[in-house]
Amino acid sequence: MTREQSDRVKDVWGSRSPFDRGGQWDVRVDVALAEGLSEADVDGWVRSACVLCSNGCGCDIAVKDGRMVGIRGRADDAVNRGRLGPKGLYASWQGMSAPDRLTTPLIRAGDDLVPASWDDAMDRIVQRSRALLEETGPLSHAFYTSGQLFIEEYYALAVVGKAGVGTPHMDGNTRLCTATAASSLKESFGADGQPACYDDIDECDALFLYGHNMAATQTVLWSRVLDRLEGPRPPRLVVVDPRETPVARRADVHLPVRPGTNLALMLALVREVLENGWTDDDFIAAHTIGVDELRAHASEWTPERAADVCGVDARDIRKAARLFGTAERPLSTVLQGVYQSSQATASACQVNNLHLLRGKIGHPGAGLLQMNGQPTAQNNRECGADGDLPGFRNWENGEHIAELAELWGVDPLKIPHWADPTHAMQLFRFAEQGSIRFLWISATNPAVSLPQLARIRDMLASDGLFLVVQDLYLTETAELADVVLPAAGWGEKTGTFTNAERTVHLSEKAVDPPGEARPDLDIFLDYAQRMDFRRDDGSPLLEWTGPEDAYRAWQECSRGRPCDYTGISYDDLRRESGIRWPRRAGESRSTDRLYADGVFSSRADYCETFGHDLLTGAAVGAEAFKALRPDGRALLKSAPYAGPHEPPDDEYPLRFTTGRSVFHFHTRTKTGRTPELVEAAPSVWVELAASDAAARDLANGDVVEVRSRRGRIVAPVRLTDIAPGTVFAPFHYGYWDAPEGAEQRHPTAANELTITEWDAVSKQPVFKTAAVQVVRAGGVS
Amino acid sequence: MKLPVYLSLLVESERTLARGYRQVAQAHGDEPDVHFLCLTLAGQCETHVRMLQPSLDRYGTGDAGDEPERLHADGLDEAREGPLGLLRDLQDLYLLASLVDVTWNMIKQVAQALPDRALLKVVTDCDKQTGVQLRWLLGRMKQAAPQVLIAVK
Repeated sequence: MTREQSDRVKDVWGSRSPFDRGGQWDVRVDVALAEGLSEADVDGWVRSACVLCSNGCGCDIAVKDGRMVGIRGRADDAVNRGRLGPKGLYASWQGMSAPDRLTTPLIRAGDDLVPASWDDAMDRIVQRSRALLEETGPLSHAFYTSGQLFIEEYYALAVVGKAGVGTPHMDGNTRLCTATAASSLKESFGADGQPACYDDIDECDALFLYGHNMAATQTVLWSRVLDRLEGPRPPRLVVVDPRETPVARRADVHLPVRPGTNLALMLALVREVLENGWTDDDFIAAHTIGVDELRAHASEWTPERAADVCGVDARDIRKAARLFGTAERPLSTVLQGVYQSSQATASACQVNNLHLLRGKIGHPGAGLLQMNGQPTAQNNRECGADGDLPGFRNWENGEHIAELAELWGVDPLKIPHWADPTHAMQLFRFAEQGSIRFLWISATNPAVSLPQLARIRDMLASDGLFLVVQDLYLTETAELADVVLPAAGWGEKTGTFTNAERTVHLSEKAVDPPGEARPDLDIFLDYAQRMDFRRDDGSPLLEWTGPEDAYRAWQECSRGRPCDYTGISYDDLRRESGIRWPRRAGESRSTDRLYADGVFSSRADYCETFGHDLLTGAAVGAEAFKALRPDGRALLKSAPYAGPHEPPDDEYPLRFTTGRSVFHFHTRTKTGRTPELVEAAPSVWVELAASDAAARDLANGDVVEVRSRRGRIVAPVRLTDIAPGTVFAPFHYGYWDAPEGAEQRHPTAANELTITEWDAVSKQPVFKTAAVQVVRAGGVS
Repeated sequence: MKLPVYLSLLVESERTLARGYRQVAQAHGDEPDVHFLCLTLAGQCETHVRMLQPSLDRYGTGDAGDEPERLHADGLDEAREGPLGLLRDLQDLYLLASLVDVTWNMIKQVAQALPDRALLKVVTDCDKQTGVQLRWLLGRMKQAAPQVLIAVK
């Protein structure tokens, strides 16, 4: 075991501890403490896990004199074995304590937001809420939440929204990061739930990263991969990414695919596996349905044809396919390069299909990880604050609705289930059209994170919309609110959350929140009480007094479902650092992998969805699904390739794609208030291939304007090895720390440019495919 | 033999539906899912027409004045505007697609009775897509209807 207090900005992934396949990943405890403090100076350490990416690293928060003063990775946690990345080490605690934290509610008075008491602020919310419910009904209300809250808070919000207000308009920014992960799992396997786990990194002999720059998005997981790559018997590595990322530089095969063309490549890989007989025909016969249809969809996608569409070498497609087709233990991971691009669900499902065709799922080293973007995205999906139903229940299954109605003590008709729930982009469209007039946003910042920002700003600022924003700081979104509520965050409240591989952690309260800031759970419960939401028997809808009550209610809701938490208590989580669901009452071990027996969640009475047509998103429907008789078999689903909807043309000749910096999270609410990270990545930039720069007479560092049909940004150029014809910008850089009017004069948010469009099935916005032009700033096109 | 009359009816119905999809895509550009998908579905209809061409060549087309011509549905006159207009437009498309669907069904009966395997294959491929079109239209309307009919001012 080593201990490191090194500079995680210069040395992002830390020191190497190489290990062999199937070996034990060494412990390395990373620590960061406030200037001048040593571990001996700390008053106490409080158990938590990191919320600055989806990896969920176990950690302890250092407390001194009632303040958070640092962080240390937990050596006993299987997720990270003591390690922390730059965002976790520096921003998780420093990002909570900047001097501009919100400490009191604010209410709008003309152009200004002025301090108010909690009573005044909540009264204003309740008055408007009641008036609109009376006048128009629940369809006037919407809730838009986050990938940052805890289980207890999402579940409370889900019950408030679905059984209190009764609105179908509930979603989260998880729609932007993780909706396709959920959709692809539901379509292929019948329900959400990550099949593999991180131990499979230790066990695999081939690793495939699809649109997943793991080195930036999950730095600790990438450390684990690096330690495998540098140990004996390293896995072969295949990377699909238009950028020459750190991950791509280590690849045996790098496929720098054109943004928007993933499905063509994926169908070619499927075809190669089928054509070369790399299939497990017994597994296919016993555990899947739809192979003939899949074969028909894939048949036209020869490597040459895909190479032509995707802009890669056909030989590399063959090489990648062979590596997959001949690996004993292939592991695949998928992220935003697939999820935020054209035909997202159809493309992500092909990764599932590849594993199903070879029967490589549910075994050590052989499996797949449809990753999440945010730390608690998984819980939003489970608890149903995002448009899913709690406990992965099925909107089209009357029995499932009846179960919820009984849990909540309300009439089944109170719970909106007449159609697919409203997804984020539709929700904002209803707000734009004026039929949603009450919008409550918690812990997220759509004024920077949604596509086509000029439109979003107008919508949020419109007079007809009553906007409540609940956050740590006065974000770009909060500035447009009618009421701002100061929330307590990580380390200031207790709750649970689950990472991208089903590991549940407890995060305990370490310090008091600043001023009058309150936990999100308390705020939702306060609203429910003031609105006097009741069960049909007259008792209050939510009688919880704190997080553990909420958690117990959630356990009950999860009972018998794929995400069963009944065997994971707060006390268990205080003894064990990280437990993987499902763990049912009476069980004492984590479930490391799902579907080891080849039995999937597709039984008609159990599944989370009856599925969709992957081209159009049309619902399959109960009857047609039952007629297929999936009965626990996986579904090999696909769609014809359609291509991006805004391809480059003469006026906008380049393909624009967005992504992250390793040093920032989301819209920099915490990382932008952390000195080490601000210094490491202070401002926006644009990446361009040398040939595209030369054609425009641009050199490294020249300031350019990137324009799309929807807006422009101004930024310096970085020449990189990105695929020619492609332009990249990080999406973090909004305006809370910029001079007044920067949106117009010097726009920096990548989403000024992105298109308003979404995947037909997952409804995840298409951030990674738009047509742009690049010109020298101040020049003419 | 009146099969040519019904083949003409089918081709005309697919063309009318394709025009309808393009009109709706044009009129409701601010609803990107409707816009892009309607363009895709218009393309599907036009492909169906091309796939029917060998059968049209073989059996000929129906006379212009023949009776089933009176069955031709009028297309959308002009796409409407706003949320309520969108709902009504989708409903019109649903009716047009239903005519296409039921006509494919009748052609399928004939293809089986003749039998004409080549035509039967075309029917199987195309009618499946028409079925998905109907399900998509219905789903999109079901999602929109409560909001339009209750909450829109």
